[in-house]
Amino acid sequence: MQVEFKHQQSAHCENGVASNLLKHQGIEISEPMVFGLGSGLFFVYLPFVKVNFSPAFSYRPMPGWIFKRMAKLLGIKFKRQKFNSAEKAQQILDQNLKNNIPTGLQVGVYGLTYFPDEYRFHFNAHNLVVYGKTDTDYLISDPVMQETTTLTHQELEKVRFAKGALAPKGHLYYPVYIPKDINWEKAIRKAIRKNCKDMLAPVPIIGVKAIRMVARNIAKWPQKIGVAKTNHYLGQLIRMQEEIGTGGGGFRFIYAAFLQESAEILKNEDLRELSKEMTQIGDMWRDLAVQIARVYKKRSNQQDVYTLLSKNMLEIADREEAFFKKLKKIV
Amino acid sequence: MKANQVPQDQSSLSKKSLKELCYAVDEDGKYTTALSSGWEPKTVALDGSMQLIQQRIEQAKHLVVNGQASPIVYFMEKSKMDLSILASYVSMWKWRVKRHFNPKVFAKLSNRTLKKYADIFEISVEELKNFKG
Repeated sequence: MQVEFKHQQSAHCENGVASNLLKHQGIEISEPMVFGLGSGLFFVYLPFVKVNFSPAFSYRPMPGWIFKRMAKLLGIKFKRQKFNSAEKAQQILDQNLKNNIPTGLQVGVYGLTYFPDEYRFHFNAHNLVVYGKTDTDYLISDPVMQETTTLTHQELEKVRFAKGALAPKGHLYYPVYIPKDINWEKAIRKAIRKNCKDMLAPVPIIGVKAIRMVARNIAKWPQKIGVAKTNHYLGQLIRMQEEIGTGGGGFRFIYAAFLQESAEILKNEDLRELSKEMTQIGDMWRDLAVQIARVYKKRSNQQDVYTLLSKNMLEIADREEAFFKKLKKIV
Repeated sequence: MKANQVPQDQSSLSKKSLKELCYAVDEDGKYTTALSSGWEPKTVALDGSMQLIQQRIEQAKHLVVNGQASPIVYFMEKSKMDLSILASYVSMWKWRVKRHFNPKVFAKLSNRTLKKYADIFEISVEELKNFKG
């Protein structure tokens, strides 16, 4: 059995699944719009949590938050289910497919055989849509892939029941209620305000302040923990910023696209200008990644390269602070 | 980023002929999407991470050879896992799994327990038992 489902590639899995599932219901919503309505632009630094032997950095909120905020703002209701038994999980999924409901799933990345080895690590909050089933396979629309793909029944069970942090437990979801009228203007304004509040939060490990904290630490790390470890931390920072899913520049370009789209809807020229500014900020992040990669490759011992990286990152923090203060005023 | 400047470098994606989606502006400053086959700074960072994993695997192998760790440690590293992920997969307490890292304790494990580990590592019990590094 197979449901007619239009697959469209996206940068990030969460926005992509949301956008594809809603388009299936007749709501024209782009990936940047999902991201923006979910107040997705973020920066968080968790020095005490270790991921891949490095402190955790993220350019986005917790997995699932963008999706939930967007649905709440638009008044769309999703049915969500988790399971203790794999049989039950499969049964409900099959039933959905029989009823022509393409279904979103949370899965672990490690078991996704269509990804290159380098991308297969134990991260359990990836999202994809199942839109059909054959005797051996499930038909998969994974939004970060160019085309639709398949997983065998066994493979799908494995990724749905991956273990470790954020274990999916067979988590599935699909829209059950869509309001007749959606007030896009109001939703956009609210989402932008929320995003400004998050980025300007008076908390040292969140938003602009967190970017500053990382920047200052970069200057201190070489002496404190050695060059090798510093480089490893910096490598992780680039990965979080650029790895599959951010659309480049740690989601800054996706957000700029959202602002441009919003300028059209709200008929607000200031927003269009700010979109340009966000693009420039995204370019600054890209430049920083280039500089880090250079240091990383040479394994330079000079203290001043790290001071320079630190200085450049502080500059980005200043730009973002000024940006969100302006943005707050115009919406 | 300009759409015509979206990087097309070699990367691990190119091996599977995958491309990822990036957001960029076109000639008129309008946002559009463009596919990228990879970007060098990113590949550098990813390769670094892969090397770290490789080092950890080699080190684990070394420990097994010297009788300082059980094969479970080696296969755990090989599966890119750490103690808490492995414990979660075999549904055991972390301290119990940690005990099994000890070669002396490992030698006395029942076949049932060994099978739990072997299944997670996708190898046979024999392979797990007889791994000498």
